[in-house]
Amino acid sequence: MNLTLRIWRQRGPQDKGRMVTYPIQDVSPDMSFLEMLDVLNERLILSGEEPVAFDHDCREGICGMCSLMINGEAHGPQRGTTACQLHMRQFSDGDTIDIEPWRARAFPVVKDLVVNRNAFDKIIAAGGYITAPTGSAPEAHSVPVAKNNADAAFESAACIGCGACVAACPNGSGMLFTAAKITQLSLLPQGQPERYTRVIGMVDAHDEAGFGGCTNIGECAAACPKGIPLNTIGRLNRDYLKATAKRAGTPGS
Amino acid sequence: MDLYTDGDPIADTRAPDGPIETRWERHRFEMKLVNPANRRKLTVIVVGTGLAGGSAAATLAEQGYQVKSYCYQDSPRRAHSIAAQGGINAAKNYRNDGDSVHRLFYDTVKGGDFRSRESNVHRLAEVSVNIIDQCVAQGVPFAREYGGLLDTRSFGGAQVQRTFYARGQTGQQLLLGAYQALERQIGLGNVEMNARHEMLELVVVDGRARGIVVRDLVTGEISTEMADAVVLASGGYGNVFYLSTNAKGCNVTASWRAHRKGAYFANPCYTQIHPTCIPVSGDHQSKLTLMSESLRNDGRVWVPKAKGDQRSPRDIPEDERDYYLERIYPSFGNLVPRDIASRAAKNVCDEGRGVGPGGLGVYLDFADAINRLGRKAIEAKYGNLFEMYERITGEDPYEVPMRIYPAVHYTMGGLWVDYDLQSTIPGLFVIGEANFSDHGANRLGASALMQGLADGYFVLPNTVANYLAGAGAFEKIDASHPEAVAARTAVEQRIQQLLAINGDRTVDSFHRELGQIMWEHCGMERSEAGLRKAIDEIRTLRDEFWQRVRVLGDGEGLNQSLEKAGRVADFFELAELMCIDALHREESCGGHFRAEHQTPDGEAQRDDDRFAYVAAWEYTGDQPVLHKEDLTFEYVHPTQRSYK
Amino acid sequence: MAVTGIILVLFLVAHMLGNLKIFTGETSFDHYAHWLREIGTPLLPSTWYLWIQRAVLTVAVLAHIASATVLAVRARAARPVAYAHRRKIHVNYAARTMRWGGVIILLFVIYHILDLTSGHLNPQGDPANPYGNVVADFAPERWYVTLFYTLALVTLGFHLRHGAFSAFRSLGQQTPAGERRARAAALVFAVVLVGGYLVVPFAVLTGLVA
Repeated sequence: MNLTLRIWRQRGPQDKGRMVTYPIQDVSPDMSFLEMLDVLNERLILSGEEPVAFDHDCREGICGMCSLMINGEAHGPQRGTTACQLHMRQFSDGDTIDIEPWRARAFPVVKDLVVNRNAFDKIIAAGGYITAPTGSAPEAHSVPVAKNNADAAFESAACIGCGACVAACPNGSGMLFTAAKITQLSLLPQGQPERYTRVIGMVDAHDEAGFGGCTNIGECAAACPKGIPLNTIGRLNRDYLKATAKRAGTPGS
Repeated sequence: MDLYTDGDPIADTRAPDGPIETRWERHRFEMKLVNPANRRKLTVIVVGTGLAGGSAAATLAEQGYQVKSYCYQDSPRRAHSIAAQGGINAAKNYRNDGDSVHRLFYDTVKGGDFRSRESNVHRLAEVSVNIIDQCVAQGVPFAREYGGLLDTRSFGGAQVQRTFYARGQTGQQLLLGAYQALERQIGLGNVEMNARHEMLELVVVDGRARGIVVRDLVTGEISTEMADAVVLASGGYGNVFYLSTNAKGCNVTASWRAHRKGAYFANPCYTQIHPTCIPVSGDHQSKLTLMSESLRNDGRVWVPKAKGDQRSPRDIPEDERDYYLERIYPSFGNLVPRDIASRAAKNVCDEGRGVGPGGLGVYLDFADAINRLGRKAIEAKYGNLFEMYERITGEDPYEVPMRIYPAVHYTMGGLWVDYDLQSTIPGLFVIGEANFSDHGANRLGASALMQGLADGYFVLPNTVANYLAGAGAFEKIDASHPEAVAARTAVEQRIQQLLAINGDRTVDSFHRELGQIMWEHCGMERSEAGLRKAIDEIRTLRDEFWQRVRVLGDGEGLNQSLEKAGRVADFFELAELMCIDALHREESCGGHFRAEHQTPDGEAQRDDDRFAYVAAWEYTGDQPVLHKEDLTFEYVHPTQRSYK
Repeated sequence: MAVTGIILVLFLVAHMLGNLKIFTGETSFDHYAHWLREIGTPLLPSTWYLWIQRAVLTVAVLAHIASATVLAVRARAARPVAYAHRRKIHVNYAARTMRWGGVIILLFVIYHILDLTSGHLNPQGDPANPYGNVVADFAPERWYVTLFYTLALVTLGFHLRHGAFSAFRSLGQQTPAGERRARAAALVFAVVLVGGYLVVPFAVLTGLVA
């Protein structure tokens, strides 16, 4: 296949950046999208042009490092698939493909297609955990967990923290990411003691990081490569309302 | 031999004696403690944030030490532990099926083909039960039964159901548990997290590890970070083969830099090759994807009987197919251990009977299972795996048999450590896949996660304390110390050197070629002639690398080519040591198969009289020096494995 | 957003039910319109209740707009550099037109008040005869007014459809089955409300009400 790539090039955080067009020939349909970029980069290096910087690591759809807006869709046209697992057979000879970084104030561009997603770590640090210092844990079977709750917790825990939800959201909101962790931990008995402080801490950290607000559009869940359901956000809202209404710290509440 | 020299034997002086069940307990009691008020004054550097590094950093911070954590990824949550699929072993015996700490210990020593230490493995089995408790308390969503209790399954041919799992994403869930504990400590200010930082040198002062030199991958800034102890949790080195199931960024640099500074490297030739990966589709291939081993429970492995049979698999009649695993290993059939299945696939492909592009693949056929159980049942069991296969290959495995081929998956070798996980450099601790200690010559399925977390949560925090308490007062040194300055200067010079070559070949082209040499001669089957040839080729290629590599840009910002170039430069040196180790070990054991040492029917033949030792290599800049640590087996007596 | 939206929705329901009284005839409708001014009497002086309601509604509208503005400003700030190429995967017209839809509705409400409340833009504009005002307003030769009302009400329908679902969600609706129910309820509610409003102008247009 022969393709035309239009790629966002930006030398550094201060550079304004621009779309640059690169024709690329002899692309195999068996290549992954990132392998196609590898091939482009090899050619750029040999012709003396700096290769395109893009984030990637495991290339099997689980680490969450890859982060490409492909033709205006987070991770490209195949649903439930990260960019690293997207293969070139999804495209046709002669296509023009636009490749851009995630765009959000909370995810500033580092270089070309690489962005800084540290804001997500901060949201987790603000409460996305269960306090259980090493060695303090009770016997694993001392607290049974209903299977449906365990399964639902797992479904939310499958989030890979890639940021596609933010990239796809017209409001630039990170609510699906935040809600996925809140849902996972609030469905488990171990997560109850910190349930209401967690939701307030995480939502505050989310807002402070400069993400937009949620207006329940649903673009995030549609773009999510791991199928995190939209209703997790309802769960977050419910916990948030309870937390603010009943003064979660009140003993016995 | 001409490639290395023999040195003095080495012994694990920290290893306790007495009854094996009480060794860890007694050792823990005998170790010194650090007064809680003094912990704040002590700094520990942890390199890597996978299961081992993440759990260690979180635990040390909980205990009150100042922790500085480093990872090359953009977030500690992305370390490659996240990709582990199968599960984590623990001797909980929830099934009442005869499991026990002793049985897990026994299975692990035997599975390691009698090349690991009994004391270490027993400790691993003991703490395995605490790991599950810890992870459940953190909110890891393990699979559960309808009664609300944890589900377990049997994995990798184990006779007991001791593997805990979270669908096919156990590594992810365990890592996120450790990551969340780490983030909590970061939020509390107890851990200074440095993501997108790569360790490029170790600082050794007065014989002790006192710091590291790191490069900020975003700004390109080189800095020297000092500490009272350094922990390496930087993972394995499977990417020396270029194509492996490792993440693209996995590298040996942290370990190798420490090796060059005096830490011995143990058993580098022990490499695990996983039999069920998706085959290479072309020259562009950048990594290999593992398909869960569970597929072999229902899939049948075959190749055409005739060489070069180009027909579509569905057109090949039953009597012209060779179900070679079932033929050669009638009792285990398609479920033989990983190393055996891998080698058998290589053999049939070498005979010219491989399938798919380049003839490097064998069929894994579900037609019988679909006929027997129905498509629905297969879908329920393997649906997500089949989807992943179709995404990558564009073929529908319900209609056409899957094609699989072995790929490098895990490296059992690593930096030599004693029972306290301390390397030969005092103050340098090595945990997780980066060390060599627990898996011997072959790792069992679902044991990597167990070892990473055992080291990080339960072993290291105790042994580091012992070191810090016993090492006496630490002289306060900063980055202006001559050793620190020298280390930093060396790093800067190397970067300038790489940038200055400005040759005509890309880093990847060298890495790919190195990988081909290693896969050909130091992969599933090794021979003296092949290894010698490989060493020559590696040396030639390495010289060429330093003449012709082209790294564009500068060191002043994000430069992914520069990162790769530094890693590949270290892989060259490691590759040579791997070949030397493989050459010197004139026996076959676990993940190391020497063509010259096999039984008449083609199975691995160990030589316990000559090789029941750990090969610990010392770096000299010239020929490496071999130090042998003898292995003794008091509880599990070496036997020959047989799966016929 | 959700709370102020609910106040406005309650008013919309009451307003629609009142409108439907037009089918009970001129006297009855005018009497209803007059009664609205007398609610609360004699406890409250005449038209006081109406002014209280108007004040509450105005506050709700302003708060609704303020919240929307905060969200819009945050959204703008959250993405300082726009995508060069943008595609919507999840086709949700209602959700995507909340902001501009809201502006259109606001303009419509202003016109509507000047038309049928104060009478300034009404061809008859007789405060004592609301029935006549309505009939004059939607007379067949003034088809463009009916068209404008229709467009504005359809916009309102879209706004309500996503607004109602979004309110459920914001107030904690959290199960997948509940989500399906909430979406269906929002759709039915929006259709019924818009239908209830539109029958009046169309009845006048077709001569059913004269």
